Amino acid sequence: MKEYNPLLLSIGQSILAIAIGLLIGSALIAFFGYDPLKAFIMLFKGAFGGLSETLETLAYSVPFMLTAIPFAIGMQAGLFNIGAEGQMYLGAVAAVAVGGALSLPPYIHLICATVFSMVAGALWAYPAAVLKIKRGVHEVISTIMLNWIAFYLSIYLIVYHLAQPGRAERSLPILPTSRYAVLYSGSTLTTVIFVAVGFCILLHFFLKGTRIGYEMRAAGSNPDAARYAGININKVIILSFIIGGMASGLAGASQILGRPPAWALYATLGNIVNIGFDGIGVALIGRNNPIGGIFAAIFYGALLNGGRSMEYYVGVPSELVRAVNGLIVLALASPEIISIVRRKIKK
Amino acid sequence: MRNVKVKTWAKAASLIIFFAVFYLILKIFNLKPVSLLEAGLLAMTPLTFAAVGESINEKAGLVNIGIEGIFLISAVAGVFGAEVFNNGYAGLLVGLLAGAFIGLILGVVSVYLKADQIIAGMGINIFALGMVSFLLMVLWAFPGIHVFPKELMVPSFYTVIGRVSPVTVLAIITAFAGHFFLYKTVLGFRIRAAGEEPEAVDIAGVRVDRIRIFTSVLGGALAGVGGAFMPLCWFGALVKEVSAGRGFIALACVVFAGLEPLLSLVAAFIFGFSEGLAYSTAITPGVKEVVPFYFVQMIPYITTLAVVTVTIGRKRFPKAIGKPYSRE
Repeated sequence: MKEYNPLLLSIGQSILAIAIGLLIGSALIAFFGYDPLKAFIMLFKGAFGGLSETLETLAYSVPFMLTAIPFAIGMQAGLFNIGAEGQMYLGAVAAVAVGGALSLPPYIHLICATVFSMVAGALWAYPAAVLKIKRGVHEVISTIMLNWIAFYLSIYLIVYHLAQPGRAERSLPILPTSRYAVLYSGSTLTTVIFVAVGFCILLHFFLKGTRIGYEMRAAGSNPDAARYAGININKVIILSFIIGGMASGLAGASQILGRPPAWALYATLGNIVNIGFDGIGVALIGRNNPIGGIFAAIFYGALLNGGRSMEYYVGVPSELVRAVNGLIVLALASPEIISIVRRKIKK
Repeated sequence: MRNVKVKTWAKAASLIIFFAVFYLILKIFNLKPVSLLEAGLLAMTPLTFAAVGESINEKAGLVNIGIEGIFLISAVAGVFGAEVFNNGYAGLLVGLLAGAFIGLILGVVSVYLKADQIIAGMGINIFALGMVSFLLMVLWAFPGIHVFPKELMVPSFYTVIGRVSPVTVLAIITAFAGHFFLYKTVLGFRIRAAGEEPEAVDIAGVRVDRIRIFTSVLGGALAGVGGAFMPLCWFGALVKEVSAGRGFIALACVVFAGLEPLLSLVAAFIFGFSEGLAYSTAITPGVKEVVPFYFVQMIPYITTLAVVTVTIGRKRFPKAIGKPYSRE
């Protein structure tokens, strides 16, 4: 068999999985009596039809670049960290607490709010790492339970301590000194996208270029050999959870400090809910690589943004996008699919 | 074996602590034990179904973390089926079929496509998350919630311990039947062997792939009944967060029980009652003014995390668990 470039092969696998997901998605669209072709045309037009649509797609993609990281870095280190959702909630609450309730000089305020939200996300990720190391509690169970505890804790904090006076349905608004600047007037894309992309690129170099990054990847690909080589597995677990928590916290903050027009967190968490879970799919489409995650996030942002115009013009509920994401994950879980397809092509 | 002793003691201690706390809370807040028992029995039912099914599935060597997704899809399917056939029991059956279908998909993906089972299960969960909202819009054209006619609810009957759903009784029977099936039948023996020594099972002329597909479908079907139970026997309405993490609490039951159906009944009992406790505490005068409702709602998740942390110890799981088996 011919040797393929591993990068091209993994990109090919993602594209194949995306094709399978979209194909089943269009079957669902047709099954419920809509026109799949028209739906996809409207989806594409809504996502990339012009400058404002494209900017909106980028704005949608920002948090997913970040919520992909906990799962991606966890997978590289051999962990299934699905706690992005809860860590992101607390990052958003922290952003409200600093950005809305405190008053600080410009820039310093923004930096403080951003850093504090990352710390909050990391703090919420830490217990799962400790439970894993000390007691052997599987991270799938601990992170999901922490997600639900975070959900109610965040609503409590917003409703009881950080509510906007007179408007119980939302938190305090973020003060102008703590907002990321809007990049293009009329769009909801802000400078927070540079922070997100920068975080991903830094993390990529950290994983590829530093000793500890190498140790993390070694621990994931062959734990026994890594232990034999003297790599501290516990350190790897803690670090991967903390980096993941920081990324999730930043994702939550990006929706509060860097996403007009709300500049606040809704008391139902309605403007951030599910961003963490969707990040799992984005991480897998990006092949668990932070740089790949940037492109996967733009793809998913396009689906979400285009999904709105699909709903508006064709009537297909945009929630279908999330279902398609799940189908893509299911297809990506099965590496055999690509070899089956390759065999079919050869015949 | 010291480990086994420690494990048994930890389990016994956690049970005693649980009931002591339980009793104290009853005393302090003047809760009515009957309403608490009713709520607890309802909450334990879906957990029991899913945990028994997943125990058998994991014994055969497959891991399904998509139970949450099966709960969600079968809840929608169950309500839809009940409305089509105008009968709650028919709804439960449709939920069972929907769960079995997802179990079949997961089984095929895991066995024949050699998927990473945890990622595949997560795919089902994400798919279901979107699909529930999508179906609520497509089928009933209303976002997030659907209230169906009260006549479609599966009726409960009155006993000395309050109202009990017949499906709860069925769940308890299922746990015993699951134990009997695993340890007293030939197929049960083969299932256990498929999880421990798939090569030996294969050499003996039994198809490992078919056994695993069967347990995956069975586990999915049982989780499907649990999913349809929630709207049709318990809530009386369908919301898009209908399962609220219970699929993962069921997984915690399986871990707690170390894949024993009868022990997972005990686990479901503990977790179910902590949820019942949350509901009854929330509506108790004197409590609801002091403790914010949001804290009460955390109780099931905190309990799950605490119980798993205290009791986990060193569990012995089947040797071939999570590993695809291929015939050479």
